[in-house]
Amino acid sequence: NNRTRRRKQTKNQPYSIDNNKDLLLTFIAFKMSRQTAMPTSILDRPLTRGRTEQVSLSAFGLMYSELVQYHQNRVSSIPELERRLESSGYGVGFKVLELLAFRGREAKRETRIMSILQFISVTAWKSLFGKGADSLERSLDNADEYMIFDNNPITSTFLSSHKSSADAYISGIIAGILEGAGFTARVQAVCPSADEGDARGIIGLPRRKDKAVFVVKFADKVLERDAALG
Amino acid sequence: MTFLHLFIVNKSGGLIHHRPLSKHAPHIGTNDWLRIGSTFHSLHAIAAEASPVKSKHKNDGIEFIEAEGLILCCFQTRTGIKFVITAEPGTRNLQKVLREIYVSYADCTLKDPFYELEMPIRCELFTQAVDDIMRQYG
Repeated sequence: NNRTRRRKQTKNQPYSIDNNKDLLLTFIAFKMSRQTAMPTSILDRPLTRGRTEQVSLSAFGLMYSELVQYHQNRVSSIPELERRLESSGYGVGFKVLELLAFRGREAKRETRIMSILQFISVTAWKSLFGKGADSLERSLDNADEYMIFDNNPITSTFLSSHKSSADAYISGIIAGILEGAGFTARVQAVCPSADEGDARGIIGLPRRKDKAVFVVKFADKVLERDAALG
Repeated sequence: MTFLHLFIVNKSGGLIHHRPLSKHAPHIGTNDWLRIGSTFHSLHAIAAEASPVKSKHKNDGIEFIEAEGLILCCFQTRTGIKFVITAEPGTRNLQKVLREIYVSYADCTLKDPFYELEMPIRCELFTQAVDDIMRQYG
């Protein structure tokens, strides 16, 4: 009964953060590892990076493909799929913000829009994807919109269609980081065609003909607060 | 010494992909393609049964057909998908090209969440990858 009540709560919110049901599983894994001398659970490893760990792009591609298929079997429209992927990324964003702030040993937190966007497009991007975002720009048409460019996000590297829908996961990560830092914003991924100069190819795959742009639209009170700070 | 056609048959015998690989390749209609796919699938299975020597590989069947006007090479994966390529006699590197097409298949179609297994391949990334392979070997 307790579990069904919790599930009903999370359904009505636009974004939901996963409760750590896997705490129980990691506890069991920890007990088993004590008995059978298996590698220690991820919760026991130190938070600081001992040596940079790498995950193969193929492994991520296959796992992310399963995540998308899991959600696609439970929705009836593309916007709903995008919402679900954004929810999945939202929780990641919160945790990434905390982890990077701890590892970076920052003395102060970011309070200005430009500095938090720089943090996302440089630090967070490098930690998540191995390289910084390709550029960060402010929109000329709307004063409340900023754009983060990435020529080949890993969520849509292997896709041939609906690329901006798959990139909704990264939109969710950005939105999660911003919300955690105190900047409420909506993030949307779009997929315009790439210019000739954007050479972002992965060895073994054909050159990508489009790029991804993450449009960040801040809430009004965030913009007012930023303007008041001078 | 050019490649002619590529076709891919799924494990139930249905054709999931077919395309010409060069300008010299003769045009084959859609119905003929479907017939070629299912005929080849049946012949492949019969050859595996009729072979006097049982190969130690699980993927037994037609590997190579050499005729006067063309050569045909087939590569069967462990999941039963058959990649078949035809070329003019004297063309080299057929096996190598098939392996590379298999790698592109694994990269461009199997990692695409919107591709359904055993269904016709409609992934543009896969088409571009095969174009690149042909540019390298053709």
